[in-house]
Amino acid sequence: MGRYIARRLLLIIPVLLGASFLIFAMVYALPGDPIRALAGDRPISPAVVEVLTERFNLNDPLWVQYWEYLKGLLSGDLGTDFRGRPVLDTIERTLPVTIRLTLVAILFEAVIGLVAGVLAGIRRNGFLDNLVLVSTTVIVSIPILVLAFIAQLLFGLKLGWFPIAGTRDGWYGYVLPGLVLASGSLAYVARLTRTSVAENLRADYVRTARAKGLPRSRVIVQHTLRNSLIPVVTFIGADIGSLLGGAIVTETVFNLPGIGREVFDSIRSQEGAVVVGIVTLMVFFFIFFNLVVDVLYAVLDPRIRYD
Amino acid sequence: MTLPQTTTAAGVPAPGTPLLEVDDLHVEFRQRSGVVHAVNGVSYELAAGQTLAILGESGSGKSVSAQAIMGILDTPPAVIRGGIRFEGRDLLTMSAEDQRKIRGPGISMIFQDALSSLNPVYSVGWQIGEMFRVHRGASRKEAKRKAVELMDRVRIPAAARRVDDYPHQFSGGMRQRVMIAMAIALDPRILIADEPTTALDVTVQAQVMDLLKDLQRETGMGLILITHDLGVVNEVADDVAVMYAGRIVERGTVDDVFTDAAHPYTDGLMKSVPQVEAKGGRLQPITGQPPNLAAIPGGCPFHPRCSHRRLGAAAAPGRECATDVPPLRLVAPGREAACHYSEEVLGV
Repeated sequence: MGRYIARRLLLIIPVLLGASFLIFAMVYALPGDPIRALAGDRPISPAVVEVLTERFNLNDPLWVQYWEYLKGLLSGDLGTDFRGRPVLDTIERTLPVTIRLTLVAILFEAVIGLVAGVLAGIRRNGFLDNLVLVSTTVIVSIPILVLAFIAQLLFGLKLGWFPIAGTRDGWYGYVLPGLVLASGSLAYVARLTRTSVAENLRADYVRTARAKGLPRSRVIVQHTLRNSLIPVVTFIGADIGSLLGGAIVTETVFNLPGIGREVFDSIRSQEGAVVVGIVTLMVFFFIFFNLVVDVLYAVLDPRIRYD
Repeated sequence: MTLPQTTTAAGVPAPGTPLLEVDDLHVEFRQRSGVVHAVNGVSYELAAGQTLAILGESGSGKSVSAQAIMGILDTPPAVIRGGIRFEGRDLLTMSAEDQRKIRGPGISMIFQDALSSLNPVYSVGWQIGEMFRVHRGASRKEAKRKAVELMDRVRIPAAARRVDDYPHQFSGGMRQRVMIAMAIALDPRILIADEPTTALDVTVQAQVMDLLKDLQRETGMGLILITHDLGVVNEVADDVAVMYAGRIVERGTVDDVFTDAAHPYTDGLMKSVPQVEAKGGRLQPITGQPPNLAAIPGGCPFHPRCSHRRLGAAAAPGRECATDVPPLRLVAPGREAACHYSEEVLGV
């Protein structure tokens, strides 16, 4: 197992190199002049343009620019944006917001999704089951943008329970955006859990557990849930990786300065270094949490071995 | 045959009470498409140390009746009627909690496919030890020690080393031994073995059956062996009950029934099995299909497939095979059969 993990971790390096190069090339291919975009409508002297173009190697071919970037990377320098602010500072400023949002969203996803799915799966075709089926269908069919506004209107303005924007209220301010961000995955987790529990309840080993004279609670918790949760836990693990990539819509609507919004703004202003730095980080999170899921899979299911 | 009061005040069974009495057991499954009559009036008794084989093809109700005794059928959709008395106490009227406490120490069961019947995510030692932890309140350490003892007892080699292995790491025969170890953990009075050797190689089948017989000799437990394998019945059972369409159609000692069947269905089963002595002879399969349990034929359920049937004017009064249900009746000393014309079948 240890060797497997080491191999997978080493594999991350070439993947990140490839990913960062692709992103770099795509930013390079963007039409328009970032220096002119920086100036906006104000006049800018050709001398300034030339100095800035020279400083950011903007006239060099793609390979040279990428090589310069990599050289910086090896010394821990992610470069700066056109205003001279280090990309690392930008990440340090925005990442905690996204991490907090992810934690809250995952908490909702896991707790509500699992409880709803388990209750629905245990009593199939019962009232709760139908409620879960209908509500999850409704949730997944509403676009997240609409859902975000409905949540703001209902829980923020009408009921006044939660703040609707910004990070001034600490963790409390993350409740509403976290719920909105989690909604889609939450519905999926509930459905996945329901199917998995219902399927496992019919399994032969659950019949054996009952024949052993185990109490019903133990039959469900030890012999049904443990097996049912394997696919669910792996989904949630992989979802952490995607959520850490930031949520552009949620962060924008709720005015949260996370990395999703940052990367979106950077693409518009063609801040190449920022885009490459953040997107590469997103790729890293995604790969890393997929590795965590694979390891978790082997921990949860003894039939899976990587050696 | 049913005793009105078989339990004394202290809950100790009165002397002479059979270990298990099944009395006119009915099991139905209510489904949207109709009612499936899986078990239709089955009665039998089991004494300590006795091995009763329940023989029948798929869909004859043999497994369902066993699961009804175990109390592991979901009600609904299943509807159970009749009486199931374990040491004189009626399992069907007692609370679910009391019934649960009998599963394991009182009656336990092993199933056909040990791989799917064992939980894949727990070690075999954990699963065996669970019996002691739940029913006896044993500690984890104590449970594991007991599990090793049991694995030794069912002759799993290197038990101490293999106790932490998972079911998928064992061979088919060893897995079935694990199932047996789990089932006999609390010294049950009755063991129900539902097709215990069907999924195994022939050589392994014999070892597993030998093990069951040895364990029975040691503990004196009653053994109900559910199978469609005539060879297994012949080797290990004392008595046999043949089931068809949810009813017992013939009952007697294995020797009697195998020597000369009293029911045409049993007769057909015997003739459809290859015999070592009768080289070159043709097998005679039973024609037709087993009945649909949602629409069992009237009269004798076997009559559409029966070569001895008498219909209309050919039948004796009250013994028309398509309309009159044959009761299970004594047809010879110690022999019962549910056929209007058993005496003729016996002679053949």
